[in-house]
Amino acid sequence: MADKDFATLIELIRSVGHRLNSAVQRLGFAARFFLMILVYSGQSFRRLHLTIREIYFSGFQSLLIILVSGLFIGMVLGMQGYETLQRYGASEALGVLVALSLTRELGPVVAALLFASRAGSAITAEIGLMKATEQLTAMDMMAVNPIARVVAPRFWGGVISMPLLAALFSAVGVFGGYLVGVVLIGVDEGAFWAQMQGSVDFRYDIWNGVVKSFVFGVAVSLIAVFEGYDAVPTAEGVSNSIKRTVVYSALAILALDFVLTSFMFRGL
Amino acid sequence: MSRKLIDLWVGFFVVMGIAALLFLALRVGNLSSANFAETYPLTAKFDNIGGLKVRGPVKSAGVVVGRVTEIRFDPETYEAVTMLTIDSRYRFPKDTFASILTAGLLGEQYIGLDAGGDEKMLKAGDVIAKTQSAVVLEKLISQFMFNKASEGTDKK
Repeated sequence: MADKDFATLIELIRSVGHRLNSAVQRLGFAARFFLMILVYSGQSFRRLHLTIREIYFSGFQSLLIILVSGLFIGMVLGMQGYETLQRYGASEALGVLVALSLTRELGPVVAALLFASRAGSAITAEIGLMKATEQLTAMDMMAVNPIARVVAPRFWGGVISMPLLAALFSAVGVFGGYLVGVVLIGVDEGAFWAQMQGSVDFRYDIWNGVVKSFVFGVAVSLIAVFEGYDAVPTAEGVSNSIKRTVVYSALAILALDFVLTSFMFRGL
Repeated sequence: MSRKLIDLWVGFFVVMGIAALLFLALRVGNLSSANFAETYPLTAKFDNIGGLKVRGPVKSAGVVVGRVTEIRFDPETYEAVTMLTIDSRYRFPKDTFASILTAGLLGEQYIGLDAGGDEKMLKAGDVIAKTQSAVVLEKLISQFMFNKASEGTDKK
């Protein structure tokens, strides 16, 4: 009896060890994969239209959802912000509230979350299916490096698109806040813009937001191409990879956002 | 879809993204007004800086003329040392008076510069000699209470 308990305990510990080992192995593979992408980027940049095509598919085609979400988030911020601020008689500060929350946090984070679910999952599905149908192996056989031909353009397409999408998100969001705050509710227009310009610093607030969205772009694109490349080449495996892309991207974005925020805005 | 059309749309996308960034920089942020081209540093020491923060504005007659770049504590004199960068278009006399003021009732704190009458001007790296600390509400209240209390004893 005791022997049997002991054996189950050993089995339990072994399964924990196995999980940790495979996690570390995957992490190492991902790091090597990232290095490989960087190494082969030069090769893929020589055929720039490949990357431009990916910017079209992941960046341009995400425009609609980014713009619409940005507008609505800005409008909601305008409404909620006004509701709270007017209690303290500070409704003129609405512009500051909308602009700071968008450029510092909501713009980069929400745009990256949308990008991960709209474009990241598509990239994973595409690469995963290519792997399942052995297109990647076929390329290798024809002496075409699949990382340079397929993976690196998709990675860079995402990295380039992300900051642009986040900037568009913030800009449209500020416009949405303006629509609700000034046009609908009737906050003074001059105070709205003047207070905003007085409190939003380009380098501190806006540029840090751009840096954030760039980091998110690298994280999301890397997770997307890695999960696709590492997918188990079956229908179930690809579907699992897509699920992991969305979940890991969201976790990575939120965790990285906390780390970056604590470095950037310590309020000294 | 042809390559030319894709190029067109991507170009459109990139131009829109950069336009959004410019909109943020110029309309939302204050790139155009607050980044001074050429500046010179000044130092001011205060007994108490209250809630002054790094990057807080330095104003003279209500106009932003500089920013607070550094705040540290001097362990020898037990004073707060603030470093200011002032737009080099503006020169201030040697006996300029620096005080810590509050914008509005609950607004942010800033350093106000009141120009004196000295003919010599402050040079880069100079120390502003005459300063006034932030008004601390608790001190003000305790002073008021103390005065009230002493009035009460006088009447007896």
